[in-house]
Amino acid sequence: MEDSVIEMLNIRKEFPGIVANNNITLQVKQGEIHALLGENGAGKSTLMNVLFGLYQPEKGEIRVNGKKVNITDPNVANDLGIGMVHQHFMLVDTFTVTQNIILGKEPKKYGMIDIKKAEKKVAELSERYGLKVDPSAKIRDISVGMQQRVEILKTLYRGAEVLILDEPTAVLTPQEIKELVEILKSLIKEGISIILITHKLKEIMEVCDRCTVIRKGEGIGTVNVSETSTDQLAELMVGREINFTTEKSEANPKEKVLSITDLRVKDNRNIEMVKGLNLDVKAGEIVGIAGVDGNGQSELIEAITGLTKTESGSVLLNDKDITNFSPRKVTESGVSHIPQDRHKFGLVLDFPIGENMVLQTYYKQPYSKNGILSYKNIYQKANELINEYDVRVASEFTHARSLSGGNQQKAIIGREVDRSPDLLIAAQPTRGLDVGAIEFIHQKLIEERDKGRAVLLISFELDEIMNVSDRIAVMFDGQIVANLKPTETNERELGLLMAGSKKEKVGEQ
Amino acid sequence: MFTNRMFNILVPVISVLLGLLAGAIIMLSFGYNPISGYIALWNGAFGDWYFFGETIRQVTPYIFTGLAVAFAFRSGLFNIGAEGQVLVGWLAAVWIGTTVDAPMFIHLPLAILAAFLAGAFWGFIPGILKAKLGVHEVIVTIMLNYIALYSTNAIIRSVLTDREDTTDKISESASLSADWIMQLTAYSRMHYGILLALLVAVLIWFLIDKTTLGYEIRSVGYNQHASRYAGMNVGKNIIFAMVISGGIAGLGGAMEGLGTFGYMPAHSGFTNIGFDGIAVALLGGNTALGVVIAAFLFGTLKIGALNMPTGAGVPSELVEIVIALIIFFVASSFVIRWMLLRLKKEGK
Repeated sequence: MEDSVIEMLNIRKEFPGIVANNNITLQVKQGEIHALLGENGAGKSTLMNVLFGLYQPEKGEIRVNGKKVNITDPNVANDLGIGMVHQHFMLVDTFTVTQNIILGKEPKKYGMIDIKKAEKKVAELSERYGLKVDPSAKIRDISVGMQQRVEILKTLYRGAEVLILDEPTAVLTPQEIKELVEILKSLIKEGISIILITHKLKEIMEVCDRCTVIRKGEGIGTVNVSETSTDQLAELMVGREINFTTEKSEANPKEKVLSITDLRVKDNRNIEMVKGLNLDVKAGEIVGIAGVDGNGQSELIEAITGLTKTESGSVLLNDKDITNFSPRKVTESGVSHIPQDRHKFGLVLDFPIGENMVLQTYYKQPYSKNGILSYKNIYQKANELINEYDVRVASEFTHARSLSGGNQQKAIIGREVDRSPDLLIAAQPTRGLDVGAIEFIHQKLIEERDKGRAVLLISFELDEIMNVSDRIAVMFDGQIVANLKPTETNERELGLLMAGSKKEKVGEQ
Repeated sequence: MFTNRMFNILVPVISVLLGLLAGAIIMLSFGYNPISGYIALWNGAFGDWYFFGETIRQVTPYIFTGLAVAFAFRSGLFNIGAEGQVLVGWLAAVWIGTTVDAPMFIHLPLAILAAFLAGAFWGFIPGILKAKLGVHEVIVTIMLNYIALYSTNAIIRSVLTDREDTTDKISESASLSADWIMQLTAYSRMHYGILLALLVAVLIWFLIDKTTLGYEIRSVGYNQHASRYAGMNVGKNIIFAMVISGGIAGLGGAMEGLGTFGYMPAHSGFTNIGFDGIAVALLGGNTALGVVIAAFLFGTLKIGALNMPTGAGVPSELVEIVIALIIFFVASSFVIRWMLLRLKKEGK
């Protein structure tokens, strides 16, 4: 490979008990977009952390521009021109774009920060790569898509020639994704090389030149994207054939289970986030809430599940008023909740997976009697759920922390579905999961629907909303702005509705 | 699982050994023989029945304060207030012990209960402030330590006595001391309290590991968000944990009041029983069994060290340094472990 900027040859990285990377080779050519594809837990992040200097490999070597290097920490990576944009942005909300970009590498004049010079440089960079960022805007005032561009600028400012993007499209609207694609293309024109970590096959087909596939820590190989198909990539990644369109029969909605009227909820900053929302979910249907993150979805779920108090309005479950019930009473009324943030809410990571399986039911028989826990019954139940929901874990005594994201999610879904709720709320149930796990989770949601349960799905992924829902409610600025059937709409229309514009500027882009 | 358990046992053992080693180096560099120093330490703790009895006497309150701090830790709270809770517990026990007249089977339990309630109240204040207003428990407990110190002194001087520096002796019927133990241990101040300490350790173990209350405490300690999501009342658990924690520390005070001394002097400074409890809890990994073992180590060091100046000529200042070093390594092992876990989390 004469023109490779990055070569990672036969990398091996072990952690106690597991080999995270075994003999993986990744060669990135100058000026290409190179996809790194793999299921969750396949070892993508480990490999990138090795490249970024956070981990030291046991075996193998890394070459940058043909020269063997020893990347001992992220500063070394920076000096070598390697920059990383993490999935979760690392920006200071109250700082301006420029202040964020120069943070840690401030241009100085007489010992003071030369903000004028910095702004000029940021504007220059932004211009050159077509990023269109306002250097003096505050981070909290700009959109998520813009924030991502700031992250990209941050790495460019530090002289990055190789950009690692970790799941960059996860938080973007379809329109923003299109813009990002344009930006990536203009970056490679300027000679920047890009490594794109993703498990979205469509994106790979659209923008990438080549793709390296990792499966269970093993390098499977590198393919030219022009010579492959999504089906082939999926098979390489998972090792078996994958069913993309979710099979499901026509919904058969029955009586109203959830009925929300004129709901108003404030967030913890005391800003009204849900502004007079109305929504019904019937038994036997999946209602998908489409919307860009931050339009009140989290507050809506928290209000239904009792985690936040409502300002006004009512939440009825089977015609019973459950407004402002405590979380326990909501649960006992027949609501299950697959939370958006499984680490923060869904699991006690330092508990064994077995104890996590009774998080809401530990005080009931047979898991305890007269306040004394019955570990025998708890672990027996846990074992049942682990088997039934195919949670891959060494044993029921393993701490939840050491499970992969997909298996943690399967465990949560098992626990929530097993309570046979009337209403199942699934918030971002497949976030960050690989296609195999996504398939499994979608099937489970549809199974629950077919058992006559009401399912409320909240997702930022339009594909998921389109595939799984029987009815789509578009949420914008704290209200449901449209009710649509998935068969009668398309991503473009949804995208525009989610952005708040109904008819205007349809011709743009 | 196995590696985790190994880790939990290895870290404290290594830190104690490192502390002893560092102490040895200090002694060497000042021209003292560390081997004879440590032999003197050993003899001072276990050399004869008297020393043995005194060691056990010192271990007793450490078990209580260690358990108190550990219990709060398990629910995610840092109870620095064990010191103050010891003082109010001590005073409450002595108050009942000196003023009430009742047969022993009522008087002694009543005095012990009073100590528990006083400590529990002292824990309830930071608990409710944390649960309702989000005030950090560390700040409140530190301030309550001073309030406890000066109010107990004031009560001793102007309520229980007329401007004297100690209370009266408690009556026999409220005492934990026993003649046969004193005779057996060459008139050491060892008392029945050690049995109560071990009993409470078993109860705490049972409460944390075997009951739904303990399940909630642990869940809240690890992840408040998930606990709230699961329908637990986080605020109630915080208050409960602080009340129990304070109560146990209060019992530690009762050991001093009803066992060791039989009265309460006005204190010019803190007893350090509560503060040492923090180190005991950390060294014991916040488990009941670990706390009992760690309390024995601390008691041994404290009592054994008294013999080092006479037994090996090591000046008492140096002994303090050696003990501080051991505590330092114990505490830094906690820091090291915490940093390792942090790194592990962030690396993911």
